[in-house]
Amino acid sequence: MERSKKVKFITGLVITAVVLIMAVWGMIKTPYDPYTMDTSAKFAGVSFRHVFGCDQFGRDIFSRVLVGVRETMFISACVVFIGAFLGTVIGTVTGYFGGWLDEFLMRINDALLAFPSVLLALVVIGLFGSGKYQLIVALGIAFIPSFARIVRGEVLKIRNLDYINAVKLYGASNFRILVVHILPNLKTVLLSSIIIGFNNAVLAEAGMSYLGMGVAPPNPSLGRMLSEAQTYIFSSPLAAVFPGIVIAFMILGFSLLGDTVGK
Amino acid sequence: MKYVLKKVTTMLITLFVVSVLVFFSFSLIPGNPALSKLGTEATPERLAALEHEMGLDKPVVERFGEWFVGVLKGDFGRSYSYNQSVTSLLKEKIATTLILSVMAIVICVVISLPLGIFMARKSDSKLDIALSAVNQIIMSIPSFFSGIILTLIFGITLKLFTPGAYVPYHSDFLKCIGYMFFPALAIALPKISMVSKLLKDTVIKEAGKEYVRTAYSRGNATKAVFYRHVLGNALIPVITFLGMTFADIIAGSIIVEQVFSVPGLGRILLTSISGRDYPVIEAIIRLLAFFVVLSNLIVDLLYHKFDPRIHV
Repeated sequence: MERSKKVKFITGLVITAVVLIMAVWGMIKTPYDPYTMDTSAKFAGVSFRHVFGCDQFGRDIFSRVLVGVRETMFISACVVFIGAFLGTVIGTVTGYFGGWLDEFLMRINDALLAFPSVLLALVVIGLFGSGKYQLIVALGIAFIPSFARIVRGEVLKIRNLDYINAVKLYGASNFRILVVHILPNLKTVLLSSIIIGFNNAVLAEAGMSYLGMGVAPPNPSLGRMLSEAQTYIFSSPLAAVFPGIVIAFMILGFSLLGDTVGK
Repeated sequence: MKYVLKKVTTMLITLFVVSVLVFFSFSLIPGNPALSKLGTEATPERLAALEHEMGLDKPVVERFGEWFVGVLKGDFGRSYSYNQSVTSLLKEKIATTLILSVMAIVICVVISLPLGIFMARKSDSKLDIALSAVNQIIMSIPSFFSGIILTLIFGITLKLFTPGAYVPYHSDFLKCIGYMFFPALAIALPKISMVSKLLKDTVIKEAGKEYVRTAYSRGNATKAVFYRHVLGNALIPVITFLGMTFADIIAGSIIVEQVFSVPGLGRILLTSISGRDYPVIEAIIRLLAFFVVLSNLIVDLLYHKFDPRIHV
């Protein structure tokens, strides 16, 4: 690896590790209870007691950010899993067998791919209503087309290679060829698309919860914290800044990793 | 010409596929719009009458046919909650969102092209490394957060604009453009860093090719080689990227409209989703699909013009 790439990779790794630590911290125990309101601490500034200050109800922002990171990571992981799993199934099957089904599914896939994932997710939310699990389904569906496209392209390349023809001559079934001979070769491509998927999922989740289409209040979510703090931006601007910085930090980590892993 | 025709046909097919998907997924949703419109006043007779009036009692395929003919005539049906035709409801919002998106893309092009060229010419200098690092960070800031930061800096601290004081374009166009500058900048910021990074990379890659060396060896001036040969070829992938970005920019504007309280398509889409106003949601989705597919078509054609060898 050249030097600049190495720097990027290590920075990405460190940032992602910090984010994961924050998520685990949010899972185990936060410094303050993220739901307890304390009117005396309303809009409290940055201090040793409240590292990020307090929000309009006097809730500790740092604790809420920790839980928010946990929620964002959970939702993103589910979304990427749905997208990668179904995308891989669709991509391998259509890429390997080809034919009219491939043609038909890829038409739909391309039409969907032309849509930004936030828009697709808004459509699905429009159908099913908003909420945490609806958001997971909505974004999960929105993430399928890009995985399907990437996997299909890779399978198309592999399926005509000599070794596949060789195992065919041995009489291997299509299923065996797909699972034993093709799937393992998708590892590298999948790894980097999964990291980039995380990057996009965090961005989409934050955007959707900013629009009020994600985790329902009073549960903390980074996007919603931003939109709530925006109402009080004239009096206490810092309440909006911290959750935003954390979102940007998460995306930065994943994008640095995604740029360098597998390439 | 044959190429153009083929592209336009594909575009129409894609639009048709999207329309069919949207129509059928919306007719599958549980819940009766007529019932929710009547609310507590629902009696079986009134419900049946309203269902008949809204055309809900016909079979799905027939409704699809009627709806499709309507769309061809530019009629998208009536909004459930505003008691107004969808077309008249959306007209102003479309213009607002389009102004915002076009401004964002103009800002993006105007800043990122010179920036990318500059970074490529200074590549590996300290300045380039610093700019690349800043780029990487800006790329990671979601547009709604950069919108809030812009509001904080330019709206609240420097008082260059009043947050929330949107001016409709038909009352004062210039003031409207002035207000929209910051939301457009917020949408454009991450795109600027992406485009300038891409342009820098393609220029460097292109400048290392053999034909460039030949052009130099024939005694051409550095600038002439750069602008006539390298830049022309390096712009091709950038144009594709810009075309794909247009869809992202429209999606971005839906979120950023919320940050700056601009009453565009995003606003009405969100209120329609929470109010379950399906004809409006459907119409907006179809409109957005139209913009996205149209921008893809334009990119394909431009692509073809820049490099006639390409038949995508």
